[in-house]
Parts: sequence; C-alpha cells; structure tokens
Amino acid sequence: MPKYESWDVERASTIIAAHKDQDGAALPILHALQHAFGCIPEAAIPMVAEALNLSRAEIYGTVTFYHDFRNEPPGRRVLKLCRAESCQAAGGDALAARAEEKLGVKFGETTADARVTLEAVYCLGLCHSSPAALLDHDRVYGMLDEVKLDALLKEAQA
Amino acid sequence: MSARVFISRDSGALCVGADEVALALFKAAETRGLDVTIVRTGSRGMYWLEPTIEVERPEGRIGYGSVKPGDIDSLLDAGMLEGGKHHLSLGLVEDIPFFKKQTRLTFARVGIIDPRSLEDYKAHGGYKGLDKALAVGPEAIVEEVVNSGLRGRGGAGFPTGIKWRTVAQTPPQQKYIVCNADEGDSGTFADRMIMEGDPLVLIEGMTIAGIAVGATYGYVYIRSEYPQAIEAMEIAINRAREGGMLGANVAGSKYTFDIEVRVGAGAYVCGEETSLLESLEGKRGEVRAKPPLPAHVGLFGKPTVINNVLSLATVPIIMSEGATYYRDFGMGRSRGTMPIQLAGNIQHGGLFETAFGMSLGELVDEIGGGTRTGRPMRAVQVGGPLGAYFPRSLFDTPFDYEAFTAADGLIGHGGIVVFDDTVNMGRQARFAMEFCAIESCGKCTPCRIGSARGVELVDKIMADEDRAKNITVLEDLCNTMKFGSLCALGGFTPYPVMSALTHFPEDFGASPKRLAAAE
Repeated sequence: MPKYESWDVERASTIIAAHKDQDGAALPILHALQHAFGCIPEAAIPMVAEALNLSRAEIYGTVTFYHDFRNEPPGRRVLKLCRAESCQAAGGDALAARAEEKLGVKFGETTADARVTLEAVYCLGLCHSSPAALLDHDRVYGMLDEVKLDALLKEAQA
Repeated sequence: MSARVFISRDSGALCVGADEVALALFKAAETRGLDVTIVRTGSRGMYWLEPTIEVERPEGRIGYGSVKPGDIDSLLDAGMLEGGKHHLSLGLVEDIPFFKKQTRLTFARVGIIDPRSLEDYKAHGGYKGLDKALAVGPEAIVEEVVNSGLRGRGGAGFPTGIKWRTVAQTPPQQKYIVCNADEGDSGTFADRMIMEGDPLVLIEGMTIAGIAVGATYGYVYIRSEYPQAIEAMEIAINRAREGGMLGANVAGSKYTFDIEVRVGAGAYVCGEETSLLESLEGKRGEVRAKPPLPAHVGLFGKPTVINNVLSLATVPIIMSEGATYYRDFGMGRSRGTMPIQLAGNIQHGGLFETAFGMSLGELVDEIGGGTRTGRPMRAVQVGGPLGAYFPRSLFDTPFDYEAFTAADGLIGHGGIVVFDDTVNMGRQARFAMEFCAIESCGKCTPCRIGSARGVELVDKIMADEDRAKNITVLEDLCNTMKFGSLCALGGFTPYPVMSALTHFPEDFGASPKRLAAAE
C-alpha cells in the first residue's frame, strides 16, 4: 500500500535535482514528485519550471494535460476499473455500477473515510481476461465477476 | 534430479493468480522435500488456461491449467512433476490446437524462456539477428527490412524499411530510435506480452535499427498502465548492458547503442507518434502537423525512427532468417505474420500469431471459440477504439490491411473485441465519440469540438429527436472529422460510429427491437 510524504520543499528540490539533467525531464520529474507526495503539489510547479528553464504556464500545461497527475493525494488505496470496449463487452458496465454503489462514490471520487479512490481506466492490456482492474500501482485483477469484485472492494477498503 | 517447472509472470497470468499458484507450489515442494526449480516465463497467450503450470519432460512441456493454489497438492499427488495425469492435464502444451495452429515468428520465445535471462535468450536463438546485422552492415540491413515487406504493426501499416531508409539517408548527426509502447487500444495486449515475455527481442530489434540508421540512443515509451512491462523492460535493459549487448561497442562491435525506458502518464493520444515525441520531450502530448516527418525532424528536432513494439521485435527474425523467409507468409501487400489478439466476450481470449489472410469468422468462431456467455455473437470491433464494428455478414473478410480498408475498417494493432447480442450499438457509437472527447489533445478543431458534438448528436438520435435530420448531420460531422483531423484519433473515430450506424441501424431509434428481443 503506498504511503505518501507530506509537502517538503527540500525533498522536492532533491527529487527535481535528481532528474533535471535528463533530456525531456518534465515527465520523469513529475512522476517522481507524485510518487513521493501522491500528487503534484501546486508549490512544486514553479520549482520544476525554474529547474527546467521553462515558464510556470508550460509546466502547469503539462501537468494538467495528463490524466495520471493529481492535484491532491488520492485515498489510501486507488482502485482503477477498466471501462474500455473489451471490458464493456464482458459485463464491465454492471460491475462499474456495482463498485460505485458499494463504495458510495462516483468514478473520480474518494470515499468519505479517505480509504478508496475509484477511477476509470481505459485499458489495462488484460482484455483477454476482461473485465479487469488495477489496485494501487501494480496489482492486477482479471476475469472479474460480482464475487471477485466484492472481494476486491473489501480488500481495498480494509 | 531437479524438476523444472514453468509458471508465467505475465500480468495476464498474475491477474488470475499466477503468483499465488507459484507460491503454493514452492511451499508444497518444500514441505514434501521435492527438488523443484520454478522458472517464471512470459505467457503462451492462452489466457483462459492461466495460471498454467508447465513441466519439462523429455517429450516436451506438459501443461496443467487453469490451476488454483488449492490444486497443488492433488497435482503433486498425481505425479505432476513426472507429467502424471490429472483432471487439469492439458497434455503437451505445443499440441493444444490454439497453439499448434499458429505461426510464431515474432512470438517464437514468448512463454518459453525466462525473460530476465540473457543466457536463456541466446540459447533460444536470441541475438542471431544482430550477428547477421553486424556482418552485413547498415545499408544491407535497411534493404533486408524493406524486402521483408514488414509494415508498421502499430496500426498505420506504413512500410518499416522505408521509414528506416529515410532516417538512414539524413546526414550523420544525433539520431534516435523510439519504440512506441503506448499500447492503449482496448482489445490489444501483444506489446505488453513481448515486453513481459521476451523483452530482449525488442532490445535486439532496436539495436539493429540503431545500427541501420546511425542512431546511438533509443527510448521505449511505455504507458503507465503497464507496471509489469515497465519493470520487465528495465530489468532486461540492465541484463543487456551487463552482458555487453548495450552501451559502447555493442557485442564487441564498433557501434554504440543504449536504451532508456520512459513512462507515459495516462494519455491515450500519446500512442500517436508525434504526440508521443512531444510527451518524451516533456511537453503536453499535442499532435504535430506533418510534414516535417519524424524521420527528418523527430525527437528533440533530430531524425527519428519511431516504430511500434511488434515492428521492432520482428526485425531480429527477419535478419536471422532472411527477408524472403518472412515475406513468404501472408497475402497481397500484407506480408509475414500478424499477432492477433482475441478479447472481450470470448471463450478463448489470447494471442494468436498467424500469417495474414485468415478470415475474421474463423478467428472469432473457430479459434476464439465463440462468446464466453454462450450467446450469439452480434458484433466484433477490430483495431481498437478507432476501429470499425463488423456484423456477422462481414465475417468472411480476410485479415489483411487492404481487405479491411475495402470493408471500411482497419486492422490497426490487431485487436478483436467480441460482443454478444446484448450489446446496444447506439451506445457503442456514443462511447466512441465520448472516448474521443475525453482523449482529444485539443489541437485540431474537428476532433476537439467534433467529438463533443458527436456525443450530443448520438444522444438526440437515440432519443428520436429529428432522427433523420440528425443522422444526416452525424454523417456530415464524421466526414469532417475523418478528413479534417490532424491525426488518427479524430480521423478514425468515425469508423466505429459509422460502422455501427451502417450495420446496426435498428439500434439508433426509438424502438431498439434487438435489445428488447435479447432481454
């Protein structure tokens, strides 16, 4: 289960410095910042801009373009359910509705107890075993049905 | 004697519990005092049989699937390690019809070797293509790839060798090889399987490309939704470096080539090549207008070869076996093999590599075994979210670039998603527009605005609001998007929309008869 650090300017500077000399460093820096803090804190944007000799608007534009980057940390666990065609064909829409109902949130929202963030993802490359889901960064689930989904929701809420 | 057992670490196996099975086997072997070596491989691509345990025997690998952790004791009792019979027995894995009917060229080693072992890769024919490439030199490599007839497997189908020749002919300077591993199309997973199951073949292909065009550095741009593939590629790159196959003097030659993994950030449009280059440069993934071509002005403004994973991973076998060997498979202008991915509501979901030319019907009915729900198959979408929906009446279409174009579709990256008769094609058309609206980079108007208007139009048609008039407007909008968009996202979204409307008009009205009948 990922654990995020609270905002720390020095920690952010260290992360930025570690990646800034790569060619096209913005995405590696943003990924590393989000890995540490769970999101791209607003205060980090001018720091990244300065390190890369770009404008704040350019970095802000990059951050907001990509679905992955958040402006606030997610819940303790992030559950991504695939909503793309292959999973739709295999009953994914009904499971998505069930997940929303059981967690009491809509896609893109976090439960009131901050335990689970439910998100849509468009394809996990597990289409041979649709419907599929991803918990946190790397736990994959396939051939979901109501029973397996309920177990997964329980695990996410634990 | 130690028994060698193979269990996949491919995420398609992990998602149905392969790690738990491997752990259960490890523990049971320890308890029973059995000498078992568990090798973690990629997947054979027969995912309905995962997790599969394969046992090495003199006659070949004997399979057991789909195994649950609770089956381990009974399997060991049945003498699994000696190939004993059990109700999960699959017999010789390579005799399973789904596997036996394939022609595995690009996927020759996937599911067989340990993807983290350079030795295993070399023992199974790895780096023979590079040896040949080094022997013949840059110009002959390019000619070999041109002659093989290999076309871009990412979806556009542009001849790979021609791209390489264009970059090779630019004056010497910093050039790049970029591997597009942003496999975002629903219904596709072949790139993921290569990266997780045989990552060194991709490294070898990129290295050959580097030598051919005079590039010394390569990037593999992998989507963030593929954590296992990212890890597998990073490990393989390190193994190749340690083994002298990347870095200065690749394989003891005069050439320098190295590779770095870059991770995407959830933008579907970054699978479009120019958008991917922008993203690699650290910018918003907005599409570039062409020309200039990436071959002339690519990554960081330098000449760049940008190819899909499958295209690059096919180069080693073309080099080692020769262009003629490869081009002798296939039909018409579609040469070689295509790794076809069977997905959605299908009995036998998985990867089927075969020469071009097999009919769509054969693929989904015979190979795929029909729908998983057992209901009649109503539509299949070929080529991802931008591909057309095909009704049963078009199932005789052969799997070939030109035949699909002639049928107003595309083969794209080779994914086939099967739907049964409960599907509402009006909703699928709406989803296509909605997906385009969510994922549009926003640079060109037809895609950015057209997709939003498209959602509204489908809603109006479905609500029977000026139906005939709005269908005309939707057709006109699709035409504008098709010919006015900068890239395939806006340009191809009309395929699923128009094919759904053309072949399934009954789903676009006030009385969806089919839906009522299906319920």
